[in-house]
Amino acid sequence: MVDWPTFLSPEARIDLWTILVGLVANTACALLGCFLVLRRMSLLGDAVSHAVLAGVAGAFLLTGSIAIGPLLIGAVAVGVLTALLTQTLSTFGRVPEDSAMGVVFTSLFALGVVLISGVEDLHLDTDCVLFGKLGFAAVYTVDVWGLRVPHAMTTLVPACALTVLFATAFWKELKIASFDPLLATSMGLSALVIHYLLMSMVAVVTVAALEAVGAIIVVAMLIVPAATAHLLTDRLNRMLLLSVAVGAISAIAGAFWARRADTNAAGMMAVVAGLQFAAAVILGPRYGLLGKWLGMLRLSVRIACEDVVAALYRREEFARQTAAAEPAPLTRAECRRAAGDGFAALLAVPRLRRRGYVEATAESRLVLTDHGRRMGQSLVRSHRLWETFLNQNFDLPPDHLHEPAERIEHYIGPELQEQLAHELARPSVDPHGKTIPPPQPETSESP
Amino acid sequence: MLQPARSDTLERPAPAAAAVASNGRDAAPAVLDVHDVTVAYHRKPVLWNVDLTIPEPRLVGIVGPNGAGKSTLIKAILGLVPMAGGRIRVYGKPFEKQRRLVGYVPQRESVDWDFPVSAFDAVLMGTYGELGWLRRPGRRQRQRAMECLEKVGISHLANRQIGQLSGGQQQRVFLARALAQQAQIYFMDEPMAGVDAATERVIFELLRELHTQGKTVLVVHHDLRTVPGYFDDVVLLNMRLVASGPVETTFTPENLRKTYGGRLSILEAAGEALQTRERSQ
Repeated sequence: MVDWPTFLSPEARIDLWTILVGLVANTACALLGCFLVLRRMSLLGDAVSHAVLAGVAGAFLLTGSIAIGPLLIGAVAVGVLTALLTQTLSTFGRVPEDSAMGVVFTSLFALGVVLISGVEDLHLDTDCVLFGKLGFAAVYTVDVWGLRVPHAMTTLVPACALTVLFATAFWKELKIASFDPLLATSMGLSALVIHYLLMSMVAVVTVAALEAVGAIIVVAMLIVPAATAHLLTDRLNRMLLLSVAVGAISAIAGAFWARRADTNAAGMMAVVAGLQFAAAVILGPRYGLLGKWLGMLRLSVRIACEDVVAALYRREEFARQTAAAEPAPLTRAECRRAAGDGFAALLAVPRLRRRGYVEATAESRLVLTDHGRRMGQSLVRSHRLWETFLNQNFDLPPDHLHEPAERIEHYIGPELQEQLAHELARPSVDPHGKTIPPPQPETSESP
Repeated sequence: MLQPARSDTLERPAPAAAAVASNGRDAAPAVLDVHDVTVAYHRKPVLWNVDLTIPEPRLVGIVGPNGAGKSTLIKAILGLVPMAGGRIRVYGKPFEKQRRLVGYVPQRESVDWDFPVSAFDAVLMGTYGELGWLRRPGRRQRQRAMECLEKVGISHLANRQIGQLSGGQQQRVFLARALAQQAQIYFMDEPMAGVDAATERVIFELLRELHTQGKTVLVVHHDLRTVPGYFDDVVLLNMRLVASGPVETTFTPENLRKTYGGRLSILEAAGEALQTRERSQ
């Protein structure tokens, strides 16, 4: 048992060390994962981290010890071999790359499982290498410089430090080889060398994380935080920092919930990472679905509002031309129909009233305010100018003019309106003989 | 793999120009010498015995039908695909020794434009070659990257993520990046494919300017109509070299028919035969 920090209760110490081990493992994985995700090599990362098991088992059988040195050598050798075999098979063996990868890594993984099943050692059993024993991190300890620390830390901390060093030292090379491997190679910064360096690092980190999180969950730690961060930013340095943050949140929340549910801590961390990914897909600022939906809704409400205003304006215009004393106001239902009767139309009328474009009469019908009348005039002007433009420049029958104009009137601002009027030599009537209203000095705002 | 850091990173004298000056015109090595190059994918040759010499700085258009091996030729010269045979010389030496004299604009579709870098970052990558392994770009490289962005007219977009640029703007980023390489000889793979007219004009003016600075530019080009207006020389390619030389004498209906008129059925058949035999062995 780790016996410090002494001010914490033993239970709290276990939690603390679970979190810390998870934190270090997540950080190392997330940093490498960013480059795997950007190089579209998530699956190869997956393959390497699985296949590493065969290297670990082989090294153990050869040396008879679980000293980290031989294990690392075995793991890196098999990791690189996986990448190499996959490439060779797909280049020379007429095997598609994904099948090649699938065959190579599952075979090596299975070989690793078979070999390890035969081994009887406290630190190297099948359960541990597959799923890890993160929850017991504080229990298996060693003394380092007189301090008792979890055994997993003795491999994870150096691996994490090496990863940070690797990403910092080869920052420029990783960046260019990930973005444009052809240019990188033509410059002498061989993308292939970077590729194998990266795969070796994946193998190293996987081995280091084997005791704590196992060969399966480590894939989640490699890929999910990086993929999440990719959705949230469009700068590489921020992506790396964010992926570490996502990993950290997974470690803390995962350890906490695993404790409450009495389940595998590494697995729970991966689940939390998955939840964060789902949240990023939905809520992400630029690529998030929610943002996209809201943007579309906002646009359709604006269009519905403008449709209502234009309908009211035409109504007034008709009344003026037929010399009716009062323009017949529209009911709410009629207004909604003018806007297409959708969900957006439902929101449109209250919004127009709130913003002072329309007001209700005593019979609770709707009429335009002066403010709204100006907007309606501008919309109808856009509409009729566009009809005139279409009529002059395209060989369309008159009944083909209204619909496109109805759609585009919402996007023609004052500038384009002026341009159109200029181009068409300032027409006064549209092709249907209706008057094109004059421009407004200030009509750029919209509801 | 690690190359020694160079001290004369920026104000290096152009070795090629120096060679031309000291040796006189006749003794100067050709800008580019491609000798008997054959390239095969999956054992099937896609370029057969190509010989191509560009003796002095020129604007060269490379044209030919789809699958003629235009991109492959460039990639072979740049060591990006293995050659089944042949030899490349850039200013008289193997390409590996002349990397810093060479700039490259890959096809726009060859990279992921969702990649999280700004236009400025992408252009800065043009300076990575001269830095070699492990050295980071400094103030001078940054300044040059900015100048190159200005030169192609999109310095106001420097902080934009590259995916949020239009196709033409993306192509300008690639060109600015090549300019940042400060090369003597440029290879550009379809820089004018799918760009707007304004960008095409910018590219063309840039080509002219590079030419007046004594640089050589080889451009894979798809629009036959603009070849005579844009280039001094033309290379007609269809798995083998059909013809190369000045546009006036080489870009003839006869040569074009040889290049585009039907597939080269014998070469095709020979390639298939090679592939089949390899497979059956």
